[in-house]
Amino acid sequence: MEKVIVVENLTKKFGNFTAVDHISFEVERGEIFGFLGANGAGKTTAMRMLCGLSIPTSGKGFVAGFDIHTQSEQVKKNIGYMSQKFALSEDLKVWENIRLFAGIYGVPEKKIALKTDELLKRLGFESERDTLVKSLPLGWKQKLAFSVAIFHEPKVVFLDEPTGGVDPATRRQFWELIYQAADRGITVFVTTHYMDEAEYCDRVSIMVDGRIDALDSPKNLKNEFNANNMDEVFHQLARKAKRVDR
Amino acid sequence: MSFVRKEFHHIFRDKTTMAILLLLPVLMLILFGYAITTEVKNSKLAIYDPSNDMATRAIIEKFNASEYFSVVELLTKPAEINEQFKNGEVKMVVVFSEKFYENMLHTGTAQVELIADGTDPNSAKSVVSYATNIIAVYQQELFKVQKVPFQINPQVKLLYNPQMKGAYNFVPGVMGMILMLICAMMTSISIAREKELGTMEILLVSPMKPIYIIISKMIPYFFLSLVNLTTILLLSVFVLGVPIAGSLFWLIVLSLVYIFVTLSLGLLISSIVNSQLVALLISGMVLMLPVIMLSGMMFPVENMPVFFQWLSQIIPAKWYIIGVKKIMIKGLGFTSIIPELSVLSGMGIFLIAASMKKFKFRLE
Amino acid sequence: MEEQNINPAPSIHCESLSKSYGKVEALKNISFNVEKGEIFGIIGPDGAGKTTLFRILTTLLLADSGTAIVDGFDVVKNYREIRNRVGYVPGRFSLYQDLTVEENLNFFATVFNTSIAENYELIKDIYQQIEPFKTRRAGKLSGGMKQKLALSCALIHKPSVLFLDEPTTGVDPVSRKEFWSMLKKLKEQGITILVSTPYMDEASLCDRIALIQNGQFLKIDTPQNIVKQFGNALLAVRSDSMSKLLKDLRENELTKSCFAFGDKHHVTIQDSAFKIQHLKEYLEQKGHTSIEIEFIEPGIEDCFMELSQR
Repeated sequence: MEKVIVVENLTKKFGNFTAVDHISFEVERGEIFGFLGANGAGKTTAMRMLCGLSIPTSGKGFVAGFDIHTQSEQVKKNIGYMSQKFALSEDLKVWENIRLFAGIYGVPEKKIALKTDELLKRLGFESERDTLVKSLPLGWKQKLAFSVAIFHEPKVVFLDEPTGGVDPATRRQFWELIYQAADRGITVFVTTHYMDEAEYCDRVSIMVDGRIDALDSPKNLKNEFNANNMDEVFHQLARKAKRVDR
Repeated sequence: MSFVRKEFHHIFRDKTTMAILLLLPVLMLILFGYAITTEVKNSKLAIYDPSNDMATRAIIEKFNASEYFSVVELLTKPAEINEQFKNGEVKMVVVFSEKFYENMLHTGTAQVELIADGTDPNSAKSVVSYATNIIAVYQQELFKVQKVPFQINPQVKLLYNPQMKGAYNFVPGVMGMILMLICAMMTSISIAREKELGTMEILLVSPMKPIYIIISKMIPYFFLSLVNLTTILLLSVFVLGVPIAGSLFWLIVLSLVYIFVTLSLGLLISSIVNSQLVALLISGMVLMLPVIMLSGMMFPVENMPVFFQWLSQIIPAKWYIIGVKKIMIKGLGFTSIIPELSVLSGMGIFLIAASMKKFKFRLE
Repeated sequence: MEEQNINPAPSIHCESLSKSYGKVEALKNISFNVEKGEIFGIIGPDGAGKTTLFRILTTLLLADSGTAIVDGFDVVKNYREIRNRVGYVPGRFSLYQDLTVEENLNFFATVFNTSIAENYELIKDIYQQIEPFKTRRAGKLSGGMKQKLALSCALIHKPSVLFLDEPTTGVDPVSRKEFWSMLKKLKEQGITILVSTPYMDEASLCDRIALIQNGQFLKIDTPQNIVKQFGNALLAVRSDSMSKLLKDLRENELTKSCFAFGDKHHVTIQDSAFKIQHLKEYLEQKGHTSIEIEFIEPGIEDCFMELSQR
């Protein structure tokens, strides 16, 4: 199986503070990888390094075959990114957003036009083509943002709390989009605070105090921790945290 | 009181902004005071020489040899003179009279006209003085050879700004501008920031009266502008050599009233806008531009179209600058600034009343 | 259960509140009461109108129509009284990032004409957890700590009603649980708490809840009663191929709705004559293995989806 993310002893220090402490893992092509942890456990810092936005203090990381340390430009070209906070340009229309982001990632004009129609149809957004993004409901925005993030068919897409605040029905539709993307071979790297969503992942890692304390399929994790659901697994692990400034 | 302390914390902790605010007057004064008045090298020169004789050719040669000038154009018709200035291609045109050398030999005097671009009075002044120098040098050399006291009379003519106003213009101008910038822009931005952060929501849902919020926003910037005022005055007296001819006391009184006006203006803006960016743009557009363009700092108000002359009446900086000039440059006393003081006080009272009324105790 | 006992005056009383922004109706005819010392949850997704409701009740916005009384005072006429009596934590972190923890708290204490010492008892439990960092700037705190500081600041004047607009959004499950146990303690002090959240699993921690969507209340009741009133039979189903299972279940004619719920799919059933055995056979036909099917009690999230799809 092709390894799309390979991380070895990745570490990030800010002065005396070790935000990410020698983490190692691998993610395969088409896998949905849940990246969990309490606030302040180091998730955001780790994700920034993987996206080529921050240089690791030590350790190695390869994303889509490129070294995150020396080839961050290529890394950025081959990934998609979306978060709850940063997604689309609110003042642009739906189709303008698609064109904008596809253009940024170098998708040819002709292909953009073709794929835009297809995308809007698949999402059922045809009638919203000319709507300003800011007037869409949050759930719709997030679905659109995700589709835009994978428009250029990246090898990996990073999702930072993509469903925060989204209503339950739309949240599930969002996950169905994630499944479709994974079926097409796109690797999905996702953080979430909804523990039911952790169950939807193929494998889940849980970060505590900058380290990865558990990494397995939800099923195996529940067995290992003798828990009924991922919520209990998470609580058992996160309670061990020594960092007070959660 | 703790509100005021909090405001000071905000200002002192944002080191970059504070540094900018404190250094800004220094920078501006030095820019206006030096960068613009320093000697002008390689100024472009055009020449209209209808006589074309040995004397004019010798003078032109001298201009060319000087490091201050380079002759770029020899004109053939007087009509071309204006053309040159309109295109902004030359700093000065030297116009020799007809039969220059002949006149000199026969009557002992010859005329040369120096026409300079007066839009930039400072550089025009220096260009003209260099040119006069060069002509004087030629006259002396001629005297040594011919032993006859010939007289070449340079006549200076400034286009666009005949009275050379603006020599002492910039110090009062910079004072008007800096105080406007700091008081109005910074107060409006600091209130807009509370709105942007959402802290305004919490302040509104507290028993604190809006008037206290306003006053405590004003106090720190009031002090900051006093510091700036001191810096400007010290610099202009000791570095730029612009003395305070009149009473320092009344100058300060006038400045305090002006600061009050600008603070109120800042508050009025902040009650209308919701984001720091918009506050910045509005202060820039509505305050800075008119101050620079219409206050008489750069361009004399008398030369403006009537509409703009009317418009300039409502610009506080204009009144302040006039008042400052009266005291600082002309050395006039208190009675002379009564009109400016009363206009400014009136504006201040009106603005503060308006912003109190406009200040919303709800979100919309 | 809709009828509330009319004895002591409610802490919050709303009648037919409506509010529009241009064409968008943010709140449509909202009415409800919150009793003294109750934890009342407003539960719904972002954009449902929660923040608008909070702003009207905290006197920050004027409703287009309807009335609201908080702690005995009208939100329009007596807004000053209300501002003395309520604590409010807005949705986003709204403290001064460039001031330290202690400076923030001190500042809000003086805004409300009190001091930290005067009300230390009330905030002690919460503030002690962040006190070791009191000289740190608020902007440098992590999410959970910011929440604790915001709560301390809102409590510093001993409010009788506390408004918390999405205090747990973006906060991890462990910190969220801690936060709710802090609220339980505040309730014991007699403080009425109106709290909003997009997390359905927090509903069971409230005394009563209102489910809100598109500016309308879908239901107001205790979490237990809302669950009881769930109209359909609910199944939890799983097999070895979950995404195919979702598709196959939706194609089944007896299925009313089917959604993924963690490691199972929740299916609501049309027919009272339904038998688990029939469904199992249908799924086996479709090629599923390790099929597990059982009847389950619905959660608030099931109820919300059922109500919102009516």
